[in-house]
Amino acid sequence: MADLLDGMLRAFWLVVTLDSDLVEITLRSLRVTLTALAIAAAIALPLAAMLSVRRFRMRRVTIAVLNALMGLPPVVVGLIVYVFLSRSGPLGVMGLLFTPTAMIIAQVIIIVPLVASIAHQSLRELWSDYHDLLISMNATQVQRVKALLWDGRRALLTAALAGFGRAIGEVGAIMVVGGNIDHATRVLTTAIALETGKGDFAMALGLGFVLIAMAIAVNLAIHWLGHTESEGRW
Amino acid sequence: MFPLVAQQALVRRRGKVLVGPVDLTLAGEGTTIVIGPNGAGKTTLLKMLHGIVRMNGGTLDWACPKAEAQRRQAFVFQAPVMMRRSVVDNIAYPLQLIGTPRKEARARAAEWATRINLGDALDRQATLLSGGERQKLALARALIREPDVLFLDEPCASLDGRATREIEEILQCAAAEGTRLIMSTHNMGQAQRLADEVIFVLQGRVHEFSKAHNFFAGPETNQGRAFLRGDIVE
Repeated sequence: MADLLDGMLRAFWLVVTLDSDLVEITLRSLRVTLTALAIAAAIALPLAAMLSVRRFRMRRVTIAVLNALMGLPPVVVGLIVYVFLSRSGPLGVMGLLFTPTAMIIAQVIIIVPLVASIAHQSLRELWSDYHDLLISMNATQVQRVKALLWDGRRALLTAALAGFGRAIGEVGAIMVVGGNIDHATRVLTTAIALETGKGDFAMALGLGFVLIAMAIAVNLAIHWLGHTESEGRW
Repeated sequence: MFPLVAQQALVRRRGKVLVGPVDLTLAGEGTTIVIGPNGAGKTTLLKMLHGIVRMNGGTLDWACPKAEAQRRQAFVFQAPVMMRRSVVDNIAYPLQLIGTPRKEARARAAEWATRINLGDALDRQATLLSGGERQKLALARALIREPDVLFLDEPCASLDGRATREIEEILQCAAAEGTRLIMSTHNMGQAQRLADEVIFVLQGRVHEFSKAHNFFAGPETNQGRAFLRGDIVE
């Protein structure tokens, strides 16, 4: 209990004094996660829309695999990315291991199935409403996908936020491929793991509270920007 | 574009014949009203003629290439589908699909909205409209591309007298401007007001197809006479 209280005080103090390490780690966390989210959304949302409007032979299998990949173990993803990016790996020449780019790659792989699956659930329902209308209007496949993505944008926000939540709290994969290097690849979650390992629970809790506060703040900001929950909007 | 010729056209689902075989030739003038009891196949017949229900047999030929015929027709559904957009964006959408610049499409949509008495609701979310307003919006959205043929599936079902009159006025204007109307209805008064020719559908087949005044003066078949009397016909 004392650790918890101390942690809250430390968190408060770190924020109030704008601790330089905290600011650096927090900004890096945000940069890595938001970049991963943007890339994942660019892949997952059109994929979800395509799965909703197109009928092809392996569609059901693809959806089932996508749903199964939502539970992809992050450490395994980290390990696979590590193997690919290590010096002896196929992409070793790019020298990306232990860089924020490697962390972004790992996060993208982890959250694409999650965002795509949740988005597909929403878009599938929207497509069942729009199906006859868009076919009647002679809309092309691309136009159908665009209509679904635009009209379903507020539901897709939920999918993106789920991806953000998963990515910002991720530790296993980015620890493996990032290495938790001070002033280079250390982010909030890996810093928490480090402080816990050192036995500095108050500092770890302080960082944890900052992480939670940041996740809530980003969610609120996105909801506010998207005008969700206001009358007559979706 | 006309005549539209259906030969042995058939729609089957899960082994059950929903419509057909239908042999029908529709000329390019007047308003055709499709009547028949619930479950007779009126909606499926309209959707088959429009091309949003796939046929399992027979042929359906327009007097122009299929792609061109599809571009020159529109459909209004019994339960109008409101896209998750504003009133003006809903009406403008079909124009945007054919590449009309957004500004021009919205200006024309605003004109149509005024024409259907929704001029003061341009920026309202379409899903917040009443049943009558939704149906008028669906009509405007269908007519904005000035189709040669407009299919309507019971457009006045569950609307009150005033809304029905407004819809009929819009339809009469469209017909006067040269749009061929093919419409199903349960309302015999409406059928008599609008029809130039009548298709009486029973058990998925075209049971009678004749000029409206002939049909309403005295149907050729016992089932047609019974239906007009208000008897239960199956």
